[in-house]
Amino acid sequence: MGEYILDLVTQVGWSPYVAGAGIGILVCCAFLLSDHPLGCSTGYVKISGLLERAVRPSMVEKNEYYRVILPALDWQFFIVPGIIIGAFVSAMLSGSFQFVWVPALWADTFGPGPALRIAVAVIGGILLETGARWAGGCTSGHGISGTLQLSCASIVAASCFFAGGIAMAVFLFRIMGQ
Amino acid sequence: MLKALHRNKKAQMILGLLIGIAFGFLLQKSGVTSYSVVIGQLLLSDFTVLKMMLSAVIVGTIGFHILKRMGLVQPHVVSGSIGSSLIGGLVFGLGFALLGYCPGTVAKAAGQGALDAIFGGFPGMLIGAGLYARIYPALNANILHKGEFPAQTLPQLLRVSEWLIILPLVVVSVLFFILLGYLGL
Repeated sequence: MGEYILDLVTQVGWSPYVAGAGIGILVCCAFLLSDHPLGCSTGYVKISGLLERAVRPSMVEKNEYYRVILPALDWQFFIVPGIIIGAFVSAMLSGSFQFVWVPALWADTFGPGPALRIAVAVIGGILLETGARWAGGCTSGHGISGTLQLSCASIVAASCFFAGGIAMAVFLFRIMGQ
Repeated sequence: MLKALHRNKKAQMILGLLIGIAFGFLLQKSGVTSYSVVIGQLLLSDFTVLKMMLSAVIVGTIGFHILKRMGLVQPHVVSGSIGSSLIGGLVFGLGFALLGYCPGTVAKAAGQGALDAIFGGFPGMLIGAGLYARIYPALNANILHKGEFPAQTLPQLLRVSEWLIILPLVVVSVLFFILLGYLGL
């Protein structure tokens, strides 16, 4: 049994069906133990609000949005560092931890230079978090936690995540990249 | 007992960290933290992301609705609208393809050493969060409430029992998985 578990955690990848089922159970645990839908994008608002408060406390106090989402060290904040630790542990156990500047697929299409990749990643990050807050959730909050509650908002938002994503990916890799 | 646990702030900080760790671990194992897997899904050549998400939704929806029937969990759904869910969702989608990670997987990618996630994705997302806080008052007044949906959940919208939605959802998802296997995707 011990060897079996050791073998399981050191495997590079699991079937997405198995990992997905595990995530479904985890979301139920989050509802049960913490009374929260499991989502990630709120955590970034909290981090951003805490950073801004350190520099310009008056802006954070006056801002309407930071009153909706309080910048505080709470459940939603701790999800983000938790994920980094969990992924790090998983990648270390399976020996797949590796510093990489430019993903191979990007390098094949747009060249190996890190500057362009980082610039596009920054723009992507801005749109991603702006869009997540605009829609009220991200791929985990809407795509999984909201959809499994059969929420109309989440089903529409998740469909749009993929519609917008497919349009941009086709533009980048099938039109620009040709 | 659960209510007391929900109110215990220190316990919730620890639970947030532990659930985050388990989430990061499972996502890394599922492979969706990889840039090529996300882009492959958006180019419809690799269905790992959808397989993982639909499996999570099937297992989660059955578990959640049983727990809800037992009175152990509360629903947490946001009201949707064209102005919020649709427009915000499309903006998210554009960023999703440009970055190649989502808000969850960018943290996971960072945890496995992706420097474009650490030096590109993270700063971009923190700028995005700050930017959104600034445009929120105007969006909230003019756009977010445009075209509000008439109901919060599908069973409320269609006025049917939850299980009449869940059962077909499970059947269609399983058929979709079988079709993917048949197509070799």
